[in-house]
Amino acid sequence: MPIPLVTGVPFSWYLILSAILFALGVAGFLFRRNIITVFMSIELMLNAVNLSFIAFSHQLKQNDGHIFSFFVMVVAAAEAAVGLAIILTIFKNRQTLEIDEVSTLKN
Amino acid sequence: MDQILFLIFAGIAVLCGINLVVQHQPISSALSLVGVMGALALIYLQLGGEFIAAAQLIVYAGAIMVLFIFVIMLLNAGKERTAPRRLWVHWAGVPLLFVFIALMAYVVQKILPPSGEVEFGTYPLGTAEAIGTKLFTTYLLPFEVTSVLILIAIVGAIVLARKEVE
Repeated sequence: MPIPLVTGVPFSWYLILSAILFALGVAGFLFRRNIITVFMSIELMLNAVNLSFIAFSHQLKQNDGHIFSFFVMVVAAAEAAVGLAIILTIFKNRQTLEIDEVSTLKN
Repeated sequence: MDQILFLIFAGIAVLCGINLVVQHQPISSALSLVGVMGALALIYLQLGGEFIAAAQLIVYAGAIMVLFIFVIMLLNAGKERTAPRRLWVHWAGVPLLFVFIALMAYVVQKILPPSGEVEFGTYPLGTAEAIGTKLFTTYLLPFEVTSVLILIAIVGAIVLARKEVE
């Protein structure tokens, strides 16, 4: 039996890959205790959403999605700068990176 | 060929993503995240997004991850302390995650109208020229607002991270 000649990638595969990466990001965000790793999980979620944008803009034959994911990248860069500065300040004041010990706002 | 390449890149991305979540050293998580971003850049290239693939490599894998690794080294972040979790979280967490992913995949397959396949090289709008034209005409105002956002972020980062001066 000859192998059928595959040409393109089904569009839904990209969305499913995006969903898997987003779910992994959510899992990391919820399960991890280290502030830096939690922050990296947020970056993973942003990347997953970017993949959806690019895939949809390919599907709809327009490039607005590219512009949106470009803006997402810019905002992620700004967020990383501010967030890492906040992490530095937390570490300077408390000497810890455990997310459970930074709970002043709880209750 | 396209499918094989996609499966290779997607496999790398998912494996690196899983590694990010299960590793206990922050530096290993950071390197896994670089792997995810590299694989995603190749997938963008396959989707015709040349400019976004380059920006992904330069901005994400280059600048942002270097910032992360700087902070990890600066704070000397070591192995994460594992605290005991609640029992039902311990047993139900991973299966629930799989159920969630399967549900999303099912909804995507169900809702999506029968759509075309993605072939390499059939999308002409991802070049820097096309994106630049759109960015500086239709999306000029958001672009300018972004510059204000970056300025605020820079000032905020400096204010947060500076040393207290008497």
